[in-house]
Amino acid sequence: MAERGAAPKVPPLRRRALHAVRSLFTPLLPDDYLELINPLWSTRELRGRIERIDAETPEAATVLIRPGFEWPGHRPGQYLRIGVVVDGIHHWRAYSLTSEPDRPDGCIAITPKLVETGKVSPYFVRQARPGDVVRLGGVEGTFVLPDPPPRKLLFVSAGSGVTPIMSMLRSLHRSDSLADAVHVHSAREVEGVIFAERLGEIGDVHEGYDLHLRITGEEGRVGPDDLDRICPDWRERHAFLSGPAAMLDAMSERWERDGDPELLHMERFQPVIGGEPGEGEGGRVRFLESGVEAGCDSGTPILVGGEEAGATLPFGCRMGICHTCVGRLCKGEVRDLRTGRVHGSEGEMIRTCVNAPEGPIEIAL
Amino acid sequence: MNATTVEVESPLAHLSEERLEELARELDEIRDRTFADLGERDRRYIESMIAMQRRLAVMGRVLLLGARYRPAKIAGTAALSMAKILENMEIGHNVLHGQWDWMNDPQINSSTWDWDTASTAEAWKHSHNYVHHTFTNILGKDKDLGYEIMRIDPQQKWHPVYLAQPIYNLLLAAFFEWGVALHDLDFEAIRKGRKSKAQVKRELAGIREKAKSQIVKDYIAWPLLSGLAMAALDVGLEARGPGRRRGGLAGALKRALGGGRSSYRAAASANATANIVRNVWAYAIIFCGHFPDQTHTFKPEEVEDESRGGWYVRQLTGAANIEGGPLFHVASGNLGYQVEHHLFPDLPSTRYAEIAPQVKQVCERYDLPYNSGPFGQQLWMVQRTILRLAFPGGVPRPKPGPYRREDHPAL
Repeated sequence: MAERGAAPKVPPLRRRALHAVRSLFTPLLPDDYLELINPLWSTRELRGRIERIDAETPEAATVLIRPGFEWPGHRPGQYLRIGVVVDGIHHWRAYSLTSEPDRPDGCIAITPKLVETGKVSPYFVRQARPGDVVRLGGVEGTFVLPDPPPRKLLFVSAGSGVTPIMSMLRSLHRSDSLADAVHVHSAREVEGVIFAERLGEIGDVHEGYDLHLRITGEEGRVGPDDLDRICPDWRERHAFLSGPAAMLDAMSERWERDGDPELLHMERFQPVIGGEPGEGEGGRVRFLESGVEAGCDSGTPILVGGEEAGATLPFGCRMGICHTCVGRLCKGEVRDLRTGRVHGSEGEMIRTCVNAPEGPIEIAL
Repeated sequence: MNATTVEVESPLAHLSEERLEELARELDEIRDRTFADLGERDRRYIESMIAMQRRLAVMGRVLLLGARYRPAKIAGTAALSMAKILENMEIGHNVLHGQWDWMNDPQINSSTWDWDTASTAEAWKHSHNYVHHTFTNILGKDKDLGYEIMRIDPQQKWHPVYLAQPIYNLLLAAFFEWGVALHDLDFEAIRKGRKSKAQVKRELAGIREKAKSQIVKDYIAWPLLSGLAMAALDVGLEARGPGRRRGGLAGALKRALGGGRSSYRAAASANATANIVRNVWAYAIIFCGHFPDQTHTFKPEEVEDESRGGWYVRQLTGAANIEGGPLFHVASGNLGYQVEHHLFPDLPSTRYAEIAPQVKQVCERYDLPYNSGPFGQQLWMVQRTILRLAFPGGVPRPKPGPYRREDHPAL
């Protein structure tokens, strides 16, 4: 099954009304006809209409999107799976939300940076027009501002790594809690600074916001030892790091060595699921459609076990977001490898990429 | 006379292993080239086809609210029949083949699609996409050769029950979707115990569910709406009308109820007609795909260790095209290009017309036939075969020779 948008927050009355008339439309849904009038009315998946596109730099643009139903909200720093059609094909990508969760106009924003060889970012930066419809998938990510936000903050970002931090800054700005924040942001060249103007404006309004802009093409990269000079009290601050892996590695090593790793937050786009046997018992999986049987230990997702046993299974993000890998559970129970929760009843659709069997199971895949 | 002694020369007899390999490579190239070219234009086609079909269905349903008026009934039945035909043929059959899966669309996808017919998508994908398209025209293996109830090839053994086949042929045409749904169960597999009881039960439950939703939709819900709408109309007209009101409120209600009942019946019968029109059309197109005289059938021993080239030749000679205009091809789900469909079952149907000239060229260079004929002729051949083979005996009809372009001058 191909990835689709998140289930929208449909008013209950509307959902009930649609449900009541569905036998008139079977095997389709009333949705299939309503979508002909307005694609945003789909209650099957959340969609959004592009309202505005603003160039941030020659290679990055902020895309403002109005969701078809009330935005369920996100935490500043989280990212969104978003689906677009490029040359006839649906593509899905994850982009950090750059808007604050509670924009008064109900819109959300992402700020993709062009990847020349990519499919989706060239669409957003060059091709997309207001009025285009996009699909809005799940909101995920643990790189978030704690609630309530800490008083003393340090942000370290580089390049497009500034995008989740922008959402945090906007949220702090809106709640007027930007009292003491140091922001070290690097970009290769002056023209390439995403949100240069916004960040300047925030600095103008909030005296407690101290922006250090580093143009690495001229001044070289910010290293872990620069912290002592730029922000001598960095050890006392909740730090949020977002940027290339090399920067994250170098910086986090400093926190490990002579800081408090508890105060360090980093953006990790690809959490590693499974791999190590943990709690639970694992079990044998029977894939009913492909006729394959596989053994999974307690740390092995059903998807991985099946693939290793030679089954061709649908997969997508491999991190529990996109629901591409779902299969109907016909027998047994599974354990969610992210939370440890044991669940599953007959007929339930389960994500094979983040669930391990808990005892023998059968799945219709 | 024993019919099995009559032999038709195998269409691949003249091709060496190497030639077959080259043939496979050429056909693979056509496939790869076409797949690489799929994009926005194809997506626009299927999306607008689906949108058009749904508008047509809405139009038909709305017209049939007034089914008690003859012109509305005729126009509504026509629109609904056409909508059902498009939904089954150009949309359902092709989506379920995975022809549009490359779009990665969550809805227009073989894994999520369901259609307005008696077969469940799951059963259909097994019996049609897998069994029929893999073992095409192999006697005893392709269950679609006569659907296990008809003798359609002289090499199939005669049984007295086939004497009745001209009659149940007509019944099958009218109730084709139900025949196909039952056929999907694969009686041979059930008889021989190759299917577990649980699976048979699940499949029967699937058909029951499909039957229920069709009955509720076409024979209860929509007719009821029509009845209610017309009863409301009658009450409204009477209340506003200047004439005398006979029998007071009770009389008016009684008349409205009568009007509603006749509307219910008219709408239900219109829906039944639309279902039967769709069934007969699907039957005609599908029977013309493999049963006309030109097509070859194969014995299991002929296809042992079949190469990819051999598979292509079997698909090529086991199917027959139907000639017609663009509207005909859309209404038949592009199964008028049965040959191209059987070579590349998961290629979007819109591309069949485009690659047909390339396939013909291949046929010409490899001295292979390209089976094709006008609709009337093909249907006549099929009916003649069904009549003839109801009786014992029968010989294979002569097969066409290699395709030659000069025999088919451009129009």
